[in-house]
Amino acid sequence: MMQIGVFEKPIFRNAGDRGFIIEFGQEIDPDINAKVRAMAAALNKNAPRGVIEIIPTYRSLLLIYDPLITRPEKLVSAIKGIENTLEKTDTESCKIVEIPVCYGGEFGPDIENVEKSANLCREDVVKLHSEPEYLIYMVGFTPGFPFLGGLNKKLFTPRLKTPRMAVPDGSVGIANNQTGMYPIESPGGWQIIGRTPLKLFAPRRKNPFLYKAGDKIKFIPITRKEYTSLRKKEEN
Amino acid sequence: MDAIKVLAPGGYTTTQDKGRFGYQHMGIPVSGALDYFAFALANLLVGNSENTAAMELTVMGPSLEIKKEMDIALTGANMGIRINENSVDQWRSIRVKPGDIVNIGQVQSGCRAYLAFSGGVNVPEIMGSFSTYVGGKIGGFKGRPLQKGDILETRDIPLLIKERIIPHKFIPVYPTHTVVRAIPGPQDDYFDAGIITLFQSEYIVTARADRMGYRLQGESIRIKDGMPESIISEPSMPGSIQIPPDQQPIILLVEQTVGGYAKIATIISSDLSVVAQATPGDTIRFKKIDLNTAHLLVIEEQNKINTIKKIFSNR
Repeated sequence: MMQIGVFEKPIFRNAGDRGFIIEFGQEIDPDINAKVRAMAAALNKNAPRGVIEIIPTYRSLLLIYDPLITRPEKLVSAIKGIENTLEKTDTESCKIVEIPVCYGGEFGPDIENVEKSANLCREDVVKLHSEPEYLIYMVGFTPGFPFLGGLNKKLFTPRLKTPRMAVPDGSVGIANNQTGMYPIESPGGWQIIGRTPLKLFAPRRKNPFLYKAGDKIKFIPITRKEYTSLRKKEEN
Repeated sequence: MDAIKVLAPGGYTTTQDKGRFGYQHMGIPVSGALDYFAFALANLLVGNSENTAAMELTVMGPSLEIKKEMDIALTGANMGIRINENSVDQWRSIRVKPGDIVNIGQVQSGCRAYLAFSGGVNVPEIMGSFSTYVGGKIGGFKGRPLQKGDILETRDIPLLIKERIIPHKFIPVYPTHTVVRAIPGPQDDYFDAGIITLFQSEYIVTARADRMGYRLQGESIRIKDGMPESIISEPSMPGSIQIPPDQQPIILLVEQTVGGYAKIATIISSDLSVVAQATPGDTIRFKKIDLNTAHLLVIEEQNKINTIKKIFSNR
């Protein structure tokens, strides 16, 4: 049977001849994720020679190395050394990123599905969705796509039966127990409830992204008029 | 300065380099040339450094009008190359002049060829790389495969003093029945008999094979009893062999970041070029290998590239 919850010691998993996974637990849980981010921060601050990338996930890290420069045993022992000194508070400073969202209308074609499924009126859906500060567990799938935790149970709504071929960039949606946003236009089956005027991924901007794993997202409801004026500002 | 006009784009032609590193934690896949060995050699043939932006051609090559005197070279899959209707060899440098028409044909063996230009294709550097990531519409030429009418620039470097040819012993062959070597993991503990199945069966490359991944068809691979069908989403390496609920393996490649299914094994990096050269209908067998042997093969491949570099620098 599978071990669940948080592991006493991290498990190392081989991922080919250029990478391995350091797994801290077998659950989506803020404490396990904090350990992951603390390890990522420690490794980023003082990366052992030959490390190419460190990719934090919900409950593990994928470490990519150059086998022409280093040996995996060397990296594993360095990581075990760091692990012993790790404090949960060692994470990089996190920030709260406000994301303005225009809910409903043409930007949120599926908000009625959420209202029906939750048996709530529009105002309550918007209030419950924009109330929490959502933890970004990890980023991936498409550029800047945040995997968020903390959606109110009342808003859990199954995915669309037929996914859309193209969901516009900036769309904010719900899929089962998750909420998130589409930084680039991509296919998708999430229930789309609104859209942000912000460019969540701008490859030529000095910082192409507005947030990273460990930050928190706070949605701010805005009107259609505010959307238009903010969008204009973004495009300049 | 304008160097290349695309008369016909071919099957799927993109600009690639070694890849885009350091942004996978933000959901940017590594992209880059799928067959790194053939890509690197194309660059060395025209006097470029190993990691210079070149074109990756898929199944069918493009037709190009040359607008500037350059050295070019075609490596990888055998597609055949003609300059003004005269056939020339692959795996060697070719001097072209303004007005020349370069025609690259249909693949005879292999799947992907690399066309390098002296100086390299001049496209903007996006997040540290010239590689095209088509799904994210970034990098390369306008973030997309080439189209008819596109005009590309190259950087200026001195032309070769003497032509360059890759010695025959370094030129790979691309058979239709291949063996690729793989290391069990990261989720090999999700399988028992499935591991034996993977390393004993033959799999066919289906039509759903691109830079994101290759879907294979063959003997079903079952997750062992008591293990969940999916895992908590995590990133994958190029070469990860993922087993989705339909029990048919998928080789994940370079335009992929996060996935939610168990990965039974990972193809070694030196054999990704074998996958890159497999086309739908070809077969793949997997051979189990240990990590130390895989690392020796990484060194061996780099030594080959270094030897070729040395041959060229002595001339």
